[in-house]
Amino acid sequence: MTVQGKSGAIQVTGEVLGLRRAGEYHVLTLTAPGIAELTRPGHFVALAVGGPESSMLLRRAFSIYSVQSRGVYGGTLEVVFATHGKGTEWLSRLHRHDQVDIVGPLGRPFALPKEPVSCVLVAGGYGSAPMFSLADALRARGCRVDVVLGASTEGKLFGVLDAKRIAASLTITTDDGSVGEHGRVTDVLPAVMDRVDAEVVYACGPMAMLRSVAKIAAERGAYSQCAVEEAMACGIGVCMTCVLPVIGDDGVTRMLRSCVDGPVFRGDKVRWDEVGTIPEGTLGAPVSGGH
Amino acid sequence: MTRAVITHGPRPDQRDVVPDIDMSTWLAGLELPSPVMTASGCAGYGRELDQFFDVSAIGAVVTKSIMLNARSGRPTPRMSETPSGMLNSIGLQGPGVDAFVERDLEWLRQRGARAVVSIAGGSVDEYMRIASKLRHVSDIAAIEVNISCPNVENRGLVFACDPGAAADVVHAVRRNTNPGIPVLAKLSPDVTDIVSIAKSVVDAGADGLSMINTLLGMVIDTDTMRPSLAGVTGGLSGPAVRPVAVRCVYQVHAAMPDVPIVGMGGIRTGLDALEFVLAGASAVSVGTVIFHDPSAPARITRELAVALAERGFESFSDAVGYAHRAHSTPASGGPVATNAGDTVADRDDELEAGVEG
Repeated sequence: MTVQGKSGAIQVTGEVLGLRRAGEYHVLTLTAPGIAELTRPGHFVALAVGGPESSMLLRRAFSIYSVQSRGVYGGTLEVVFATHGKGTEWLSRLHRHDQVDIVGPLGRPFALPKEPVSCVLVAGGYGSAPMFSLADALRARGCRVDVVLGASTEGKLFGVLDAKRIAASLTITTDDGSVGEHGRVTDVLPAVMDRVDAEVVYACGPMAMLRSVAKIAAERGAYSQCAVEEAMACGIGVCMTCVLPVIGDDGVTRMLRSCVDGPVFRGDKVRWDEVGTIPEGTLGAPVSGGH
Repeated sequence: MTRAVITHGPRPDQRDVVPDIDMSTWLAGLELPSPVMTASGCAGYGRELDQFFDVSAIGAVVTKSIMLNARSGRPTPRMSETPSGMLNSIGLQGPGVDAFVERDLEWLRQRGARAVVSIAGGSVDEYMRIASKLRHVSDIAAIEVNISCPNVENRGLVFACDPGAAADVVHAVRRNTNPGIPVLAKLSPDVTDIVSIAKSVVDAGADGLSMINTLLGMVIDTDTMRPSLAGVTGGLSGPAVRPVAVRCVYQVHAAMPDVPIVGMGGIRTGLDALEFVLAGASAVSVGTVIFHDPSAPARITRELAVALAERGFESFSDAVGYAHRAHSTPASGGPVATNAGDTVADRDDELEAGVEG
């Protein structure tokens, strides 16, 4: 293991510049001097929630939707979240000028192809947040970018307008058929990949979706870069809670931390079917006892 | 490397004002320039935190517990947030002692950080073998023995909960460790009488005590209606456990005032750290709050210095055990403002006696 490739994270107090609704989600804009400048597509930030006396000790991790490294406020960044707990509820009640403690940029960003190949970006729900800056970076390299966005229902899609602006084609799916194709992103992904002769698939969303995306990509001989949404406590690599089984270059499976070894993993390296377990043969398995 | 811009914490007015106070401390013959260390399992092996503060400037980095062999840890979910705390069931994931020495300890050495190596095992023999492997490794400041592990040879009974088993482990480690290196026994609060466990491990050769490890707890997910953690039960840590930890330190210091104690359990601010020091801790470890505020060890060091200065202490060591002084001392003033100078001097004597002994 090496620190190479990791840019140093910093801790700053950000100021809320804005909080707006986007369908069923919230988009929070924060000043983040020093972080925005270092951010690459796929990086995330870990926010402290509840203020200085908070009883909620664990940081909340969010992929970075957009950054502006200069402007009236210096570096700023935006994250997208859904309210599904006390921490995100606290975030949803923030006002302009409130302060938020930010650590970032964290994690390993998406790897970009050296050649101008055809890429498909696929995301579920607000998992699409990191995909738009990624699409910009890919297009800057001359890559063709096609996007597939899916959600359970129309209000849970995020970034449709961004995708229309940036993608050669956009395919939308909803589980309830309220908009786009009736079904899941993985139902339409094979046809999209075949149509554009995709060589790389970038994905962010729930574990089950990533598992299917990785399989579909592998069947077509394409690379997949999957950003996981694993529960984290610290986001910086010290708590060891966000691990999943990943096969190393030496063929050995290790329990790797999503926060520093990910959140982006090669789809063919993660043992998706065994996430949440310690697969047989994992380095140091089996386990017993101790806390 | 980019350093943190530290602006987190409840007392921003004091963040840059570090009073001129002697913060050095002694732990069983080990001199530390600062009494604030990391807590095992909350700082990895120091490297990640060096992005946020200078890990060589704090008292010591207490490493995540290391075992004889590489260990994958438990399945996920491994963590659940609780009010002012968290529950964890990591299962001692780690690379094993050889890889740890070669890579992680070497990094700490090159970085100039003091390393307190936490060790864990499933049997007395495993602890002994780890200690033996570390015996000839240079640049270890101290060994902390994590005895909150199930004894595989005795139906999984946790060593720390049985005075005899705890003593057996500490004895084995002490005998196989370089005599010049202090051995600290880390005690579990999940016992009927922590003083008797403390006495037992001190009699077995522990040079100091780390108190406290997590409390065994459990959370049930009311959506799935199953235990939240894959490991079912987990260790509770964070500010929620602090009063339990302060009580343990106070009781053990009262019973054995000459035994140095590293106090820990829910320290979030300099004032929290001061509670442990007043209760009798010669050093403190900062753990779960690191997840909330990765620069916390540096911040708490500054806040503790301010808190000591505000109370009239000229050196950290004067405050160790100060809550145990006789009630005749007026409660309104600090140690300098009152007649308590003698009491402070007494504490100094005790510390020195502990060092020489």
